[in-house]
Amino acid sequence: MAAINRDDVAHLARLAHIEMSAEELDRMAGELAVIVDSVKSVSEAAGDDVPATSHPIPLTNVFREDVVGHTFTAEQALSGAPDSDENRFKVPAILDEA
Amino acid sequence: MSDATLSFEEAMEKYDPVLGFEVHVELNTKTKMFSSAPNVFGDEPNTNVNEVDLGMPGVLPVLNRTAVESSIKIGLALNCKIAENCRFARKNYFYPDTPKNFQTSQYDEPIAYDGYLDIELSDGTVFRVEIERAHMEEDAGKLTHLGGSAGRIQGADYSLVDYNRAGVPLVEIVTKPIEGAGSRAPELAKAYVAAVREIVKNLGVSDAKMERGNVRCDANVSLRPHGRERFGIRSETKNVNSLRAVEHAVRYEIQRHAAVLDSGEPVIQETRHWHEDTRSTTSGRAKSDADDYRYFPEPDLVPVVASREWVEELRATLPEPPAERRKRLQADWGYSDLEFRDVVNAGVMDEIEETIAAGAAATVARKWWMGEIVGRAKNADVDPGQLGVKPETIVELNKMVEAGKINNKMAAEVLDGVLAGEGTPAEIVEKRGLAVVSDDGPLLEAIDAALAAQPDVADKIRAGKLQAIGAIVGGVMKATRGQADAGRVKELILQRLGVEG
Repeated sequence: MAAINRDDVAHLARLAHIEMSAEELDRMAGELAVIVDSVKSVSEAAGDDVPATSHPIPLTNVFREDVVGHTFTAEQALSGAPDSDENRFKVPAILDEA
Repeated sequence: MSDATLSFEEAMEKYDPVLGFEVHVELNTKTKMFSSAPNVFGDEPNTNVNEVDLGMPGVLPVLNRTAVESSIKIGLALNCKIAENCRFARKNYFYPDTPKNFQTSQYDEPIAYDGYLDIELSDGTVFRVEIERAHMEEDAGKLTHLGGSAGRIQGADYSLVDYNRAGVPLVEIVTKPIEGAGSRAPELAKAYVAAVREIVKNLGVSDAKMERGNVRCDANVSLRPHGRERFGIRSETKNVNSLRAVEHAVRYEIQRHAAVLDSGEPVIQETRHWHEDTRSTTSGRAKSDADDYRYFPEPDLVPVVASREWVEELRATLPEPPAERRKRLQADWGYSDLEFRDVVNAGVMDEIEETIAAGAAATVARKWWMGEIVGRAKNADVDPGQLGVKPETIVELNKMVEAGKINNKMAAEVLDGVLAGEGTPAEIVEKRGLAVVSDDGPLLEAIDAALAAQPDVADKIRAGKLQAIGAIVGGVMKATRGQADAGRVKELILQRLGVEG
């Protein structure tokens, strides 16, 4: 039994504002199910005594000095936005009014 | 629709409050937590951003060393243990305030944990608040809701997003449940947030301006019947962003919870929004699956290892703790215990310190803040520091008084003018024609007229009854519409009558 189904994918697609056709949902549900199941088999191999890995390379303390670098102009920042107003990103109403 | 409430006294008779606070502190680093974009308040929207802040595909965050050091300092100042090894995690949620669809935060491995803060209440009682953790994370963008009623999300047609604040370094300080505060819970709430604000300001790691959102508080409140150990169901009130609001919000929620419990209903575990205008809270969303943040370790950042040497180096840089600072300031300023406690309770210690630094004497600074400004702030229903009085204004007003240009009554009037935005003190004195009459000519005329009008008083003064002079001074002040220097008037009256002062 896959840990992810078609409804989950539809829900995630809606949250992420990705438009998906019925066909795409079917295909993606199948592909994601394979990925999730593969991860599950890794989980089975790693017992409680194996600490979770967050990074493949054993590095620590990779820091940046607190020095100002480059920025975008508002125009550049907004260049990929579906909609904008007054140099700000414009997003649809957040709450659905019942 | 407003919720039912019990009186605070009745709520206290029946129930025992348990509190908890999450205080978010914005660090004042030059750059953001994970990007080199500037951390500056109030700039043009979406100009302090780069590809990392906007969550562009394929970008890599790199941690700001200064932000880590500031976080460790905060942990140390809160008497916390500093984690030898800690990581970041992704807190996943879909909301337009983060373009990444996750907030980079710390989850099960905070940089600081198990601390405490001793809070001094207004009467000197000390109450220990245990700190659960202080962890590093990033701030979100700023949303402006438009098209509906005055800036509220409810009923808005759309929202505009400015990501300048996205990625600003934050430290979130979480308390353990605070039990035993009883009826002092609202006061403790305010004092706790004030103490955190004072500490981060004193450390120099945050600008600590609540009106700018540098220090923000979410207040958890629950009630249980007296004698019961198990906690009641809590509400979490967000958007409580002034010290007064913290006190009011805790008080209100205690009263609201008590009414809910009295009605036999269970309290709903939910987010409440604080409204300063009505001094009440309204229901936000209920805790639901929306709160499944699917935390997982952030794969784009490597662990932070705080060696004991590094921690001790940072500890050695910590400034004098606020409680010790208070003792020193009181001694420096020469205030009595009562005077100093009044200053602290009125929340104007920092303001007085700034005013003294700007050149005012300690007594002068206290006179202005306690005598003039605190009352005005109370009338305006804001914290004294938020009224907008600059230390320089006080210094300038005081110089004018000392130079005899204006008297104290006029100075208070000028202060009102400054607060009304009419200009600098000098401009207002000029505009309103407020200068003290220092030219002796018009004063002598007024004195002569007053003496002639009250010959019996004049005789008394001549006979040595100097206390009678008040009547003549009063006549002169009336004639000059209060614009005379009373001291000079007295001197002139005595001269006129040939009496030694």
